[in-house]
Amino acid sequence: MTENTGQASAVSTGMATGHLLQPGVLDTSHGVVLYMEEITVSFDGFRALNKLSLSIDVGELRCIIGPNGAGKTTLQDVITGKTRPDSGSVYFGQTLNCAKMTEPEIAHAGIGRKFQKPTVFENHTVFENLELAIKADKGVWNSLFGKMTGQQHDRISEILETINLKALYHTRSGLLSHGQKQWLEIGMLLAQEPRLLLLDEPVAGMTDHETERTAELLNSLAGKHSLMVVEHDMDFVNSIARKVTVLHQGSVLAEGTMDQVQNNEQVIEVYLGR
Amino acid sequence: MKLTSLSGLYDSKSWMYLALATFVLCIVIPASNMLLPSTSILHISDYSVSLSGKILCYAIVALAIDLVWGYTGILSLGHGVFFALGGYAFGMYLMRQIGTDGSYHSNLPDFMVFLDWKKFPWYWQFTDHFWYAMLLVVLVPGVLAFIFGYFAFRSRIKGVYFSIITQAMTYAFMLLFFRNETGFGGNNGFTDFKRLLGINVTTPQMRMVLFVITGLTLISLLLVSRAIVSSKFGRVLTAIRDAESRLMFSGYNPLHYKLAIWTFSAMVCGIAGALYVPQVGIINPSEMSPGNSIEIAIWAAVGGRGTLIGPLIGAGVVNGLKSYFTEAFPEYWLYFLGLIFILSTLYLPHGVVGLINKIKAKKLAKSATSASASVPSEPA
Ligand SMILES: Nc1ncnc2c1ncn2[C@@H]1O[C@H](COP(=O)(O)OP(=O)(O)O)[C@@H](O)[C@H]1O
Ligand SMILES: [Mg+2]
Repeated sequence: MTENTGQASAVSTGMATGHLLQPGVLDTSHGVVLYMEEITVSFDGFRALNKLSLSIDVGELRCIIGPNGAGKTTLQDVITGKTRPDSGSVYFGQTLNCAKMTEPEIAHAGIGRKFQKPTVFENHTVFENLELAIKADKGVWNSLFGKMTGQQHDRISEILETINLKALYHTRSGLLSHGQKQWLEIGMLLAQEPRLLLLDEPVAGMTDHETERTAELLNSLAGKHSLMVVEHDMDFVNSIARKVTVLHQGSVLAEGTMDQVQNNEQVIEVYLGR
Repeated sequence: MKLTSLSGLYDSKSWMYLALATFVLCIVIPASNMLLPSTSILHISDYSVSLSGKILCYAIVALAIDLVWGYTGILSLGHGVFFALGGYAFGMYLMRQIGTDGSYHSNLPDFMVFLDWKKFPWYWQFTDHFWYAMLLVVLVPGVLAFIFGYFAFRSRIKGVYFSIITQAMTYAFMLLFFRNETGFGGNNGFTDFKRLLGINVTTPQMRMVLFVITGLTLISLLLVSRAIVSSKFGRVLTAIRDAESRLMFSGYNPLHYKLAIWTFSAMVCGIAGALYVPQVGIINPSEMSPGNSIEIAIWAAVGGRGTLIGPLIGAGVVNGLKSYFTEAFPEYWLYFLGLIFILSTLYLPHGVVGLINKIKAKKLAKSATSASASVPSEPA
């Protein structure tokens, strides 16, 4: 794996396209959007993550499962810069070393995160929530005098369609159901055009119908976006998973298709098992 | 399907009310005051005009506090200082206009002669120029607000802590202005104004002109504020109020937004203060007392914050009651004010405007049910 840590001098030739590697710019030409190696995080001696290695391909929809306390949320904290690992490295694409970036820098580089609890701007309509989130100049001047471009309008329209809230675009988001708020927040993340989306237990607290709809939504995003979904609900994981990573006590226990994982003896023992 | 979130500043009905208000302020009241004989029941007395003029100034302040409190969720309990600074800035000009007509017939204001000062301190320079004074009216509160806001917002001071330091700020300024050496007339402040732009400032005609200007300023500022809150900028402000950290995740820097609206709000207060001083004929440090700033917040709460129009109504209602009470039962006013505040927070959480909206909604619901009731029911 490349040891390019993003110094200005480290200019090498990209393999597939023969382009230059630019430090500070996301480069996924090798088809990998996230690469984590030997990550260890400890809290007062307790290892929440223990030499965890994981990589996610461009366009992949990856599910992370594991019992409570396995370190799933901590894993996302490390990726977004909220928690610093004691050792190990996290690369976003080939060039961006997350360990050297601040939280807003990582967000700006293209990692979007959705926390467990939905937070939307309750006094704004669905449309206005997306308007605030859409990729644009977020300065005071532009907010006062700028006009939304036709392109941004189309993009919002498209997202409304994707998250199935088109009919409710004029509704105050505080009036939405729990599930609809989760979708809206996913839409707000999409509006920021992230390259990698991290979702933490997106269907917790949803009705069966909403869970089904969310599965459809995530399936429709796969391919166009790279996603990492942390989830408890096995039926839900079954309905979206292409590749599953099982976490246990801070390390990867198994990885593979849902079938492979479900038949893995170790997994049966510690997680599915009794 | 057309996707829009901006539907003009106001609907046509509201525009009509606004036009009506302008007409009353600029035509009806002046005509009734100046053309009708004082025996007519439609006559509006000079006293009422000057009281209303004062209340219009308060309404401008209420509008300013609604932008920061109602829309952005920043409760300032120090807006009185911005109001007073605007008043003092314009007061300096009015003092210069007295010329040598003071009791000591000096070029200097009486209080400076009294202090045995020989010339104006540096900060009084150019204050004899009207436009320079007008500039100070917005710049002084604006710069103070900017500096104060920068440090407070950057350190992420929020909620009640922010409110408390705004109280401390206005209190500190009051103490500063109480001192004679500060050069603003000590506890007497500025008074005995004679002229404005060379014209006698104490005549009823001048009062009327100031009244109309205040009314027009209020309406213009209402429109500007409306434009602000209905822009994307305004939606960012509300998002700061409701979920600031979520907004940061969306790539916004709340500091810039808070600072912008906070500074603008302070400048608006400065304008109100400048209009207030020539109408009431006096400005002194008591305008900066902590209690005054709390009263401002009460106007907004009573009227209904986050509505722009509500705080204007609140300023009118509370000050109307105040002028009655301070005449009828002067010693009970503060208790009564406290009572209004408690009752309105308990029973009118959205203020007078919230109450009106509720009544409207009820009426609508009633007419809807009565309409459905009149539809012949299906035979069982
Ligand atoms: N800030 C923290 N301080 C101390 N311990 C923590 C902290 N964050 C997480 N942990 C611990 O690390 C382990 C992993 O937690 P977490 O990542 O939240 O698990 P999961 O999301 O898989 O349920 C848990 O045992 C938890 O108690
Ligand atoms: Mg968790």
